[in-house]
Amino acid sequence: MSPTPYLVLASILFTIGGTGVLLRRNALVAFMSVELMLNACNLAFVAFARMHGDIDGQVAAFFVMVVAAAEVVVGLAIIVTIFRTRRSASVDDASLLKL
Amino acid sequence: MFAQAVEAAGHTGEAVVFWSTAPIAVLSALGLVVARKAVHGAMFVAVTMICLAILYFSLEAPFLGVVQIVVYTGAIMMLFLFVIMLIGVDVSDSRVETIRGQRVAAVLAGIGFGLLLVAVAANALVSEAAGMAAAQPEGNVAAIADRIFSRHVWVFEVTSALLITAALGAMVLTYRERLFRRPSQRELAVARFRRGGTAASPLPSPGVYARHNAVDTPALLPDGTPSELSISPVLVARGTVRPAEQEAAQIEQLEQQVVELTGEPLDESTRERP
Repeated sequence: MSPTPYLVLASILFTIGGTGVLLRRNALVAFMSVELMLNACNLAFVAFARMHGDIDGQVAAFFVMVVAAAEVVVGLAIIVTIFRTRRSASVDDASLLKL
Repeated sequence: MFAQAVEAAGHTGEAVVFWSTAPIAVLSALGLVVARKAVHGAMFVAVTMICLAILYFSLEAPFLGVVQIVVYTGAIMMLFLFVIMLIGVDVSDSRVETIRGQRVAAVLAGIGFGLLLVAVAANALVSEAAGMAAAQPEGNVAAIADRIFSRHVWVFEVTSALLITAALGAMVLTYRERLFRRPSQRELAVARFRRGGTAASPLPSPGVYARHNAVDTPALLPDGTPSELSISPVLVARGTVRPAEQEAAQIEQLEQQVVELTGEPLDESTRERP
């Protein structure tokens, strides 16, 4: 099977994730949308690995997963800290650094 | 001849897997964007990730498929669910637009970007899949391990530093220094009685009736109205509280049944109706 359907699916998922980041105010939902974008990239990596018959794409997807796990830990810690001080999980409320 | 037939069967099998999994993945990804509650969004993301794991299996990447399920749906989504529980399920998204027209603009930009990306992906010059058989002669895990510990070993080492930094960062960020002494139980009790009102006594327990007993049903006050204090505010926020009026309307009926079962008239002195 040609990798094109996989690439189209990855594009659609990436777009949905990006739209979610733009649309939603809840920091957790925006964060989950970022995770969705990372997953879409992983799918493209694995599809390309199979197209070229090379394991490097899978290794790249593996490292993306590692970085995503680290990113989730720090990001959720930041969200919890912001919620503690401001009693809100909305990305609009954390605007103290704005000019 | 036979090899060709086997290959063709493999192709159709892969197509069946793809076309049955991909729509579910896209629909649940859309569910994340439209779901009002963060918990539902988390569940939708979990479904998408499981679909992607199935696709990894059919893309000859079983190791990544397993890791996808263990790490993403097992660890990361559970972390999300824990934080949703910490922050409170009653926190819902605000519907106010801080930038006017931002929502419409975001949807339009998303559609445009999606069309662009899909057009590029569909028109890209891709060759037919070469297959992973040559790349992983001793199996998928062995091939990945071979590549990670030879060509990408430096990246692997840096990754360990990243993980340690992330763990330390999470600990530092969520650590809270106590500025005041924690009030003792005695001080809390004194403060509660000073406040006065109904706070001196325990809160009323939720509805306990002859036939129904659950924490999601408010207790009935003597005049038949439900007591707000008897149910958890979390249940109210979730909107899963059972209306007490139904139970109140059944009181007459229940009394009738009691009379029929026992064969004795009710003691009129114990009932007092408003």
